[in-house]
Amino acid sequence: METNNVIELKNVAKYYEMGDDTVRALDDVNIEIKRGDFVAIMGPSGSGKSTSMNLIGSLDLATKGNIYLDGHDIEYLEESELAQIRGKKIGFIFQQFNLIPNLTAKENVMLPMLFQEKDGAEREIRAEELLKLVELEGRMNHYPNQLSGGQQQRVAIARALANDPEVILADEPTGNLDTHTGEVVMKFLNKLNEEGKTIIIVTHNPELAKEHAKTIYSVRDGKIESVEKRVNGKWIKHR
Amino acid sequence: MKKDYFVLALGNLKHRGIRSWLTILGVFIGIAAVVALITLGNGLRDAVTGQFSSLSADKLVILNAETGMGPPGSTAITKLNEHDIEVINKVKGIEEIVPRLIRITKIEFNKETEFSYSVNLPEDKNKVEVFWGALNNIKTESGRLLKTEDRNKIVLGFGVAKNLFDKEIEAGDNVLINGKNFEVAGALEKSGSIQTNHLIIMNEKDMKELMNIGDEWDMIVVQVSDSKYTETVAEKIKEELRKDRKEDIGKEDFSVQTPLQSISGVNVILDIVNLIVAGIAAISLIIGGMGIANTMYTSVLERTKEIGIMKSIGAKNKEILYIFIIESGLLGLIGGIIGAVLGIGLAFGISGIVNLAFGSEILKVTLEYHLILGSIAFAFVIGLLSGLMPSFQASKLKPVDALRK
Ligand SMILES: Nc1ncnc2c1ncn2[C@@H]1O[C@H](COP(=O)(O)OP(=O)(O)OP(=O)(O)O)[C@@H](O)[C@H]1O
Ligand SMILES: [Mg+2]
Repeated sequence: METNNVIELKNVAKYYEMGDDTVRALDDVNIEIKRGDFVAIMGPSGSGKSTSMNLIGSLDLATKGNIYLDGHDIEYLEESELAQIRGKKIGFIFQQFNLIPNLTAKENVMLPMLFQEKDGAEREIRAEELLKLVELEGRMNHYPNQLSGGQQQRVAIARALANDPEVILADEPTGNLDTHTGEVVMKFLNKLNEEGKTIIIVTHNPELAKEHAKTIYSVRDGKIESVEKRVNGKWIKHR
Repeated sequence: MKKDYFVLALGNLKHRGIRSWLTILGVFIGIAAVVALITLGNGLRDAVTGQFSSLSADKLVILNAETGMGPPGSTAITKLNEHDIEVINKVKGIEEIVPRLIRITKIEFNKETEFSYSVNLPEDKNKVEVFWGALNNIKTESGRLLKTEDRNKIVLGFGVAKNLFDKEIEAGDNVLINGKNFEVAGALEKSGSIQTNHLIIMNEKDMKELMNIGDEWDMIVVQVSDSKYTETVAEKIKEELRKDRKEDIGKEDFSVQTPLQSISGVNVILDIVNLIVAGIAAISLIIGGMGIANTMYTSVLERTKEIGIMKSIGAKNKEILYIFIIESGLLGLIGGIIGAVLGIGLAFGISGIVNLAFGSEILKVTLEYHLILGSIAFAFVIGLLSGLMPSFQASKLKPVDALRK
């Protein structure tokens, strides 16, 4: 197993049984995520972007094929081991923000660290730091329903960074934000990538992908249609 | 680390505010119903038992066969008299014979007229002892008990003294009994038996004089020396009286009631009451339990998405369960405590209304600690389990499926 790949999907398929029909959400898909890459997954609605994202983040299990997380086939990991690794290695940013409504911004950011068994004082200091980083120092004790969409997404980014993960997964992180706020979020992800984090986003905005990403996977009807990489500012088709 | 989950759960409950209270409401309504119904059920059983408690295994009662049917004198009945006592006295195994008079009498006080039962206090010291024993050696609430040497004095049952008249009768007051003046020596404390509460007790001589009673008794109570032989003694008394009156078997104009006879009837009633009380308890437990399970189940189920979020940020199933167990356990506990307090209040309130309506403390409810602690524990455990179930199910979901909820 080449350890240069943080995450790798090998001949992965995801089928949904719907009565007599089988929905082939993904079919024979290969994805390799290199350390430090900025990957955009593109494609029309219903093409399988979210499905592949969920598999990459091990939020879902494949019907066929293998998924490797840091070289480990996740199929062979215990539930608790997988949760531990997921919490430590991967930070999620969702289109719906997915903050816990009964916790304040700060408590939301502290939560992933609780599951990594960091002690209380450390969690608090780190959460405050991260909220400052996303410019929310004035909103630490606000509950999600007291924050704007853009602010909630920034809390979600801070939460994704809590355990200093190698990989950030973001499924349409700007989908619920206006153009300007979306731009701010993308710039932030770019900065994180420059600092060495691997970023994977789902988007159906080609401009956004072309502007920020280094690798673009185009998905159509559950298959990878093309893989493009930016080399010296030019997009070169790989597959 | 466990403490962190506790703090997390507590904060969650607090912030969910009204939702938490609604869940607690679902729990405490069930528990309040359980506690109130069982407490009242027990009170009901005690009340029924209390009405029969004066029956003891070593006493039997001889009555005129027609007693109680129609007004006195409407049928030609042979009244019980001194001669009968002599006849009964021939039977072996008798400890004491207490002849009794029970008459409805007019009682006037404070310009009001009412009716109640007068009974005779025997003159013989040993008979007096049996007399009070049959009343469970009741004490006075005010004044003193009647003495055999008292003349023109009476002791009143609780109900007569406190509730019969607009104004309460106190020791030392004078009342008219069948038109004649009597001084009230004392009033009895409240009894579980309605009959006892309605007694007017006076000395035998006074009573015979007042009502012009000659050689006759309304009933004869026989105390046997050994309760093992109550039935045998009863048979012997029947035989002797029959012989004396020259009557055939089955054609007697008197009856001998043994506790076995009357008690077997009572036992059926008590069994039914017990069954009803147990039924009420079982039904209220089931309904209460289902109410708790239902509210807890839905309150956790609607948070499946939260469970998905926690999983996606690295929570293990075990940790999710901790949080939800603490939450639903706390909700169950708080609901249980509130419910128990409310249920007790409800039971006391209802018994108070019933007693007010009856004018005597007929339905007495008591705090039963094992019921209270038991129902709080019940709420806690059911709450815990019914919170555990959906959170266990949700934690088993793949994060992506939990998130979709
Ligand atoms: N739980 C499910 N059960 C059945 N079919 C599903 C399920 N989830 C996804 N699908 C199907 O799989 C296909 C891919 O869905 P997916 O959510 O990955 O699309 P997407 O590319 O993210 O689309 P969008 O841009 O609209 O978010 C769709 O046809 C969808 O109907
Ligand atoms: Mg999608």
